[in-house]
Amino acid sequence: MWKWLHPYAKPERAYHLCHRLQPYLWWPGVLALLTGCIWGLAFAPQDYQQGDSFRIIYIHVPSAILSMSTYVAMAGAALVGIVWQWRTAFMAMIAMAPVGAVVTFIALFTGAAWGKPMWGTWWVWDARLTSELILMFLYLGVIALYGAFEDKQQAGKAAGVMALVGVVNIPVIHYSVEWWNTLHQGATISKFDKPSIAPEMLWPLLIALLGLALFIAAVSVMRMKNEIIRREYHRPWVKALAASSVGD
Amino acid sequence: MNPRRQRRLAAVGGIGVLIIGAVTLMLFALNDNIDLFYTPSEIVEGKDGVKPSVGQRLRIGGMVVPGSVSRDSDSLEVSFTLVDTGPAVTVRYAGILPDLFREGQGIVATGVLVDTKLIEAEEVLAKHDEEYMPPELAEKMKGIKHVNPNEGSNES
Repeated sequence: MWKWLHPYAKPERAYHLCHRLQPYLWWPGVLALLTGCIWGLAFAPQDYQQGDSFRIIYIHVPSAILSMSTYVAMAGAALVGIVWQWRTAFMAMIAMAPVGAVVTFIALFTGAAWGKPMWGTWWVWDARLTSELILMFLYLGVIALYGAFEDKQQAGKAAGVMALVGVVNIPVIHYSVEWWNTLHQGATISKFDKPSIAPEMLWPLLIALLGLALFIAAVSVMRMKNEIIRREYHRPWVKALAASSVGD
Repeated sequence: MNPRRQRRLAAVGGIGVLIIGAVTLMLFALNDNIDLFYTPSEIVEGKDGVKPSVGQRLRIGGMVVPGSVSRDSDSLEVSFTLVDTGPAVTVRYAGILPDLFREGQGIVATGVLVDTKLIEAEEVLAKHDEEYMPPELAEKMKGIKHVNPNEGSNES
């Protein structure tokens, strides 16, 4: 069933796959992100309570949702790396970690900037905000642990275990607003119910979400290519690749 | 899958189950402390049998009772009543209220319980819900007249 995946355990095949995927992720991602943000920030109607301030939702919500999705993807790569001992899986994991950390930071920062005018405070130690902050520390922990080892296979294993352990934080973030009483409001779109947002406000949000997802994938794929080249620079196929690109 | 991989998968799964168990137990033990605020009925009737004592610093979260907001004309002092489903608790506060503060709004206030049903607050935060809609729709659905938080007074 998963046989088709096996060739990509080889760095060379993984590199070429990334290279082929990159334009299909990058351009639609940039386009959707721009469309969603411009539509949301300039053309969507004002909110009845929050006026124009609510527009930061078009950056805050996509980055918050995808900070969690990126973490799950990273942990998935870590699982493959640990169980099947794929070197490329650890490379994918470490390619995604800084991207996820930046997205988490954007979610926290835009949340603070939204909280100040609406709630009246930049930060409050409620369950949602605290668990999202822990998510950022998990990302930073994975990056730091990976960087601490000289042997990158060992580094991948250690950081991979940490990434897997951290998955337990993901449901806590998602359900924090239901399990405990918090200053943060409940979920608007990531629930099984009908979204609690008017359709003309929802569409740009979904487009921005799709755009950011593709953008994160594109940046991860680029970082993955770099990681493969960095680890494999002494291999003949990388030398051949370098020689052919000098000719261009 | 070869036996080595199976063993590693089992190890990862086992550790995962243990960690989920440990975190679940921890969160259950800390459950009350993770809540950001007391609701008014928890302050009056107690939460899990424990009533907050007079003099205790705490946070309260509830809805501002319409018509209960009274302002002092010479200072920033304001007092209002919060409810959830049961009894009401009065909050006194001197300072600038957040833009979203209005009657019927969810509010979280930090302060000291000076009497069984009176809180002297030093910080008042506004909570908003997860519903977003244009003003025209809100007027139609909820009968709420749009108040632009960037202009106008807080009294609605």
